[in-house]
Amino acid sequence: MADPMKIRAGLKGDVADVRVLMNHPMETGQRKDSSGNLIPVHFIQEITVKLNGKSVIEAQVSQAVSRNPVFSFRVKGAKAGDRLEISWLDNKGDRNSTETALA
Amino acid sequence: MQIGRRKNLKRAGATVAAALAAGLVRPRDVRAAWNKDAFGQKTLADALKSLNAATAADSKDILIDAPQIAENGAVVPVEITSNLPATKSIVVLIEKNPFPLAAKFDFLEGAVPFVKVNVKVGESSNVRVLAEAGGKYYVALKEVKVTIGGCGG
Repeated sequence: MADPMKIRAGLKGDVADVRVLMNHPMETGQRKDSSGNLIPVHFIQEITVKLNGKSVIEAQVSQAVSRNPVFSFRVKGAKAGDRLEISWLDNKGDRNSTETALA
Repeated sequence: MQIGRRKNLKRAGATVAAALAAGLVRPRDVRAAWNKDAFGQKTLADALKSLNAATAADSKDILIDAPQIAENGAVVPVEITSNLPATKSIVVLIEKNPFPLAAKFDFLEGAVPFVKVNVKVGESSNVRVLAEAGGKYYVALKEVKVTIGGCGG
């Protein structure tokens, strides 16, 4: 199963500066293993960022996003103590989500 | 199978369910469902067509920060800010990648139209960023030269 995500979120005024690191191989389906077999495609497809349970950013990504993806987002109208939740879903149906409180 | 899947979809809110289903079926009733058609296009023109973005006006209000020369194409940081009022979404395409469409970010109420993401760039290519605002697409380009490709062994 998927490893946990790392979120770093800081507040600048009422704008939350969010950085998230996801652990994921993001296989393109174009690489070969040592015996020459294609490694099947395996990548995150959907990412959702929620503030206090309300979606603020919804992303769809492809295998062109780098391995162990790092994203930065900004959300305005945030304040200390707000709940920030980030979740993803990959092409094999694996999902993961992490929550943090803004400080 | 179908019933279970439907339940799952509802529970998950805006995401696709089982792995098999995700690969074979394109659920049309979920708003944020992965756009298999657009992501599967192998040429820039087809990808743009699939996004209904074949015509887009050049814009200086889309700022792209990416390295001019990327030594390692596997990790190319791209930072995008849209200063267009009411930017609804930002789309990132790497023109010469096997599948040009790299990512699409939808900004709902409360989000700042800004994103930073690391992408793979297979060979030196333009990074094309589309921003959707007021029902129209705007476009900006930035060339990235790659010395080691990012796709493949």
